[in-house]
Amino acid sequence: MSAPRDTFGRPIVVVTGMGVVTSLGAGKKDNWTKLTAGESGIHTITRFPTDGLKTTMAGSIDFVPVDPFSSTDLSERLADLVTEEAIAQAGIGSKGDFPGPLFLAVAPVEVEWPQRQALGRAIGSATPIDYDQMLRVSGGGKFTDYHRRFLFGSVADHLADTFGTKGSPISLSTACASGATAIQLGVEAIRRGEADAALCVATDGSVNPEALIRFSLLSALSTQNDPPQGAAKPFAKNRDGFVMAEGAGALVLESLEAATARGARILGVLAGCGELADSFHRTRSSPDGKPIIGCVRNALADAGLDADQIDYINAHGTGTPENDKMEYLGISTVFGERASKVPVSSNKSMVGHTLSAAGAVEAVFSLLTLEHQRIPPTINYDVPDPAIPFDVVPNTARDARVTTVMSNSFGFGGQNASLIITGEPA
Amino acid sequence: MTDTSTSKTGATEAWITGIGLATSLGEGLEANWDGLTERRINVDDKGFAPYLVHPLAPVSFDAQIPKKGDQRQMEAWQRIGTYAAGLALDSAGIKGNKDILARMDMIVAAGGGERDLAVDSAILNAEAQGNSAPGFLNERLMSDLRPTLFLAQLSNLLAGNIAIVHGVTGSSRTFMGEEAAGVDAARIALARIASGQSDIALVGAAHNGERKDLLVLYEFGEFNLKDKFAPVWARGKESGFALGSGGAFLVIESRKHAEARGAKPYARLTQVVADRTSRKSAGDVTTSLAKLWSQLEGVGSQGAIITGATGAEPATSEERAFLAAHPDFAVRATGTSFGHTMETQFPLGLALAALSISKGKLFPPNDSAGVEIEMTKAPSQIVVTGAGHWRGEGMALVEAVR
Repeated sequence: MSAPRDTFGRPIVVVTGMGVVTSLGAGKKDNWTKLTAGESGIHTITRFPTDGLKTTMAGSIDFVPVDPFSSTDLSERLADLVTEEAIAQAGIGSKGDFPGPLFLAVAPVEVEWPQRQALGRAIGSATPIDYDQMLRVSGGGKFTDYHRRFLFGSVADHLADTFGTKGSPISLSTACASGATAIQLGVEAIRRGEADAALCVATDGSVNPEALIRFSLLSALSTQNDPPQGAAKPFAKNRDGFVMAEGAGALVLESLEAATARGARILGVLAGCGELADSFHRTRSSPDGKPIIGCVRNALADAGLDADQIDYINAHGTGTPENDKMEYLGISTVFGERASKVPVSSNKSMVGHTLSAAGAVEAVFSLLTLEHQRIPPTINYDVPDPAIPFDVVPNTARDARVTTVMSNSFGFGGQNASLIITGEPA
Repeated sequence: MTDTSTSKTGATEAWITGIGLATSLGEGLEANWDGLTERRINVDDKGFAPYLVHPLAPVSFDAQIPKKGDQRQMEAWQRIGTYAAGLALDSAGIKGNKDILARMDMIVAAGGGERDLAVDSAILNAEAQGNSAPGFLNERLMSDLRPTLFLAQLSNLLAGNIAIVHGVTGSSRTFMGEEAAGVDAARIALARIASGQSDIALVGAAHNGERKDLLVLYEFGEFNLKDKFAPVWARGKESGFALGSGGAFLVIESRKHAEARGAKPYARLTQVVADRTSRKSAGDVTTSLAKLWSQLEGVGSQGAIITGATGAEPATSEERAFLAAHPDFAVRATGTSFGHTMETQFPLGLALAALSISKGKLFPPNDSAGVEIEMTKAPSQIVVTGAGHWRGEGMALVEAVR
């Protein structure tokens, strides 16, 4: 028998393991139960003082202890959790010996305030503090761990050591499309025949004061703090911004041939990936929607499918006025009249925007949608926006026959990526 | 180990058809070549004393970033990179070619996170003076951070700026992870072209070494070169790297694509390989580099090696042990001339390899330790190596087009 190939003669790429953690909980089971019950994981921030902030809620993950806190340490812990879950489900390799490369979507790493404040304390109050003084106290081996921690490659380095992935691990950022890009890199490596398996992980633990303030200064965040569960309102007329959140998702990808050979259970097929960059503006989409339209069309072409064959869209759906409008423009251009009939829901209404992790978290939810034949809702949809006549699966989950899902991710810097996931090998 | 090769049967041959350089030695290929030929080293021992840095040579950013508004939206590392990327597109003859740029891949290796030093310092000073009420940090950040600073900090916004300024939009991927990110950017770009997933790619990185916040990060691990400059191989016990500013971008494309548009190659990019050892035992870097070398196909004797050796230990000594096994090769360490440009060091090595091959000569040694030997014949093959100061090893084979 010849190797299982897709219509373009490429190895078929399947999913054999997945893991997820969000503010709703750890693991697929807990997340899926709550997601389909329409529960929100958004809550008032208790991790740090919120005095003086316009936004005081987030989908932070407070049940994974990290002390002292840093966003990079939390990102690493979340990545550990989802990778363990994904590899356990796949039953691939052996402990600490994953037979393929790692592609990691991770928020850009930097020294954070608790560490900067530790330097301040080391300088003391007798000397005016500036970066020369910080430099003076940084050496001498007192803060060696900070170097290891705040290298951009540090989370991938840890995962490579822990799970024994092969070769040079790739850490990547395509902003809020990062999770989808990590999956795309895995798909491409398997299609090229470089690897039989790939570990694609995306993680984000960014809810800290400065990160929140950065988005706040760009007027990107919802400020409807009370009740926090009601803040994320994708596609609703009263939407006012996204809600920062933390989470992680992991997929074990394999060639269908390798998965079949070892008798693995196949959870879905990564049928296509598309991308297209936008050169219009650093934070805004091109008003003509062409990059989004092109991205979606590229994904369909890569999967060898027509828009007619998509029966659920897992939207980027951040809940910012701009994103949701542009996503509608893109989808309605490609899908025509079907745009108002295909179910389009946003997981972010419940888990918030998990930023670098979102593409992978939502890919896991897309796969669970295929598995359970049930579409998670868009909650907080009380005031429909007549300019966006999507069927958003408002407020209540819906049973449906779903064979092919499109999952979209768009990000600052003109990043657009779309994935197409099917339930069975074509 | 991961390997990308165009030398395998059936793989598409990939050419380097564009090079853009803006470094401490100058902007453009001739200025950099002249600097290397004259053994010039532009190092600043005062501005960041006791630390040494290689500052960017004067550059007229207007030439590649015509809108001042665009320049204002970027911090230095993004301006350097956007500038060098423009030079690479010019060099490949595709600047403004919308047909090609719209389907051109882009893979950028990036750090990010330039801080507002004054804001950080003011907050820490206030806290040291006892101002630590809940919400103090919030108030100061809310009022003092420039809203657009975030966009100058985000790693993927170098690629974003290149898309905006130069119109490269086929894809946009940003790899992070210090030196290894530069290796992997080239590796994945080549893999996509070699396998037919892509025809043409813009690959590169940029680094601003004139940053005290970055010096702090590397000072935590005591990696900064202090007090006195010495060539990479001659640092001995005073080990470390001098951060360098610079941008290096390459246009890599399939031979078929280049020939169809009449583009001339600087060189062929035959293979890129990469690995990561956890460096738990002495000699791991030597072993890893030797393994990568063994994966290169068809490397002759008496060639040249351009290395991104950092000067940091133990990686540099372990790399030197690897080089000792190839005594006939003319070695050139870019760290001596350009400083350590981190993510940029490997693309810089590829650029200098391709440039040397196209000029039919290797630039002269610049070393007092005897590691670098003269090479008089024209190089037909140059191996580019990189061992990260902490993690990651990579290697590439750049060859003359036959």
